[in-house]
Amino acid sequence: MTITVAGVKKEVKDDLTVAQLIIDENVETPMYVTVSINDEFIASGTFETTVLKDGDTVEFLYFMGGGC
Amino acid sequence: MIKLSKEDFEKILKHAEKELPDEACGLIAGEKVGNDKIIKKVYLLTNIDHSNEHFSLDPKEQLAAIKDMRANGFVPLGNWHSHPESPSRPSEEDKRLAYDSTASYMILSLMDRENPVLNSFKIEGDTAEKEELVIE
Repeated sequence: MTITVAGVKKEVKDDLTVAQLIIDENVETPMYVTVSINDEFIASGTFETTVLKDGDTVEFLYFMGGGC
Repeated sequence: MIKLSKEDFEKILKHAEKELPDEACGLIAGEKVGNDKIIKKVYLLTNIDHSNEHFSLDPKEQLAAIKDMRANGFVPLGNWHSHPESPSRPSEEDKRLAYDSTASYMILSLMDRENPVLNSFKIEGDTAEKEELVIE
């Protein structure tokens, strides 16, 4: 199936989970990553159980914050 | 070297002053030329912490900004935030949450309201190195 990751179309295996995609994409510091699928943010506790579908658009957003 | 236009500096400053007493924050994007970074656009995002001691970018606005960068052919260069009452240098929390050693972390101090100070840093681990910032 074909999905779009960070603006780039990719062929991936069927039944790919978000957790596996994070591994496949070598996402750094995954504990600081928020994931959106088709502009909807998904809860971090569901990465293992969220299965991607053909045509999905996935974005990885890195938490950005700090203090003074 | 990282270059910021005067207009974009004013944009950041006005937003940061408007958000007082809270910290203000946003993203910077543009192009990389050799080792230099040219900021083409600054993004003013909501600090969802609404705090004068902490900031977190609004993820929805962050997503919109990333898409806008992509649409304009810009690359993400880093982020900026204000320190309403402290100097323009990364705090321990800033360092701890700076996961990207290639990013520029710009900090605007409003400690002296009449003389705001903007610096840009690269952060790796607990080491912050000031980078040359050109505002013109």
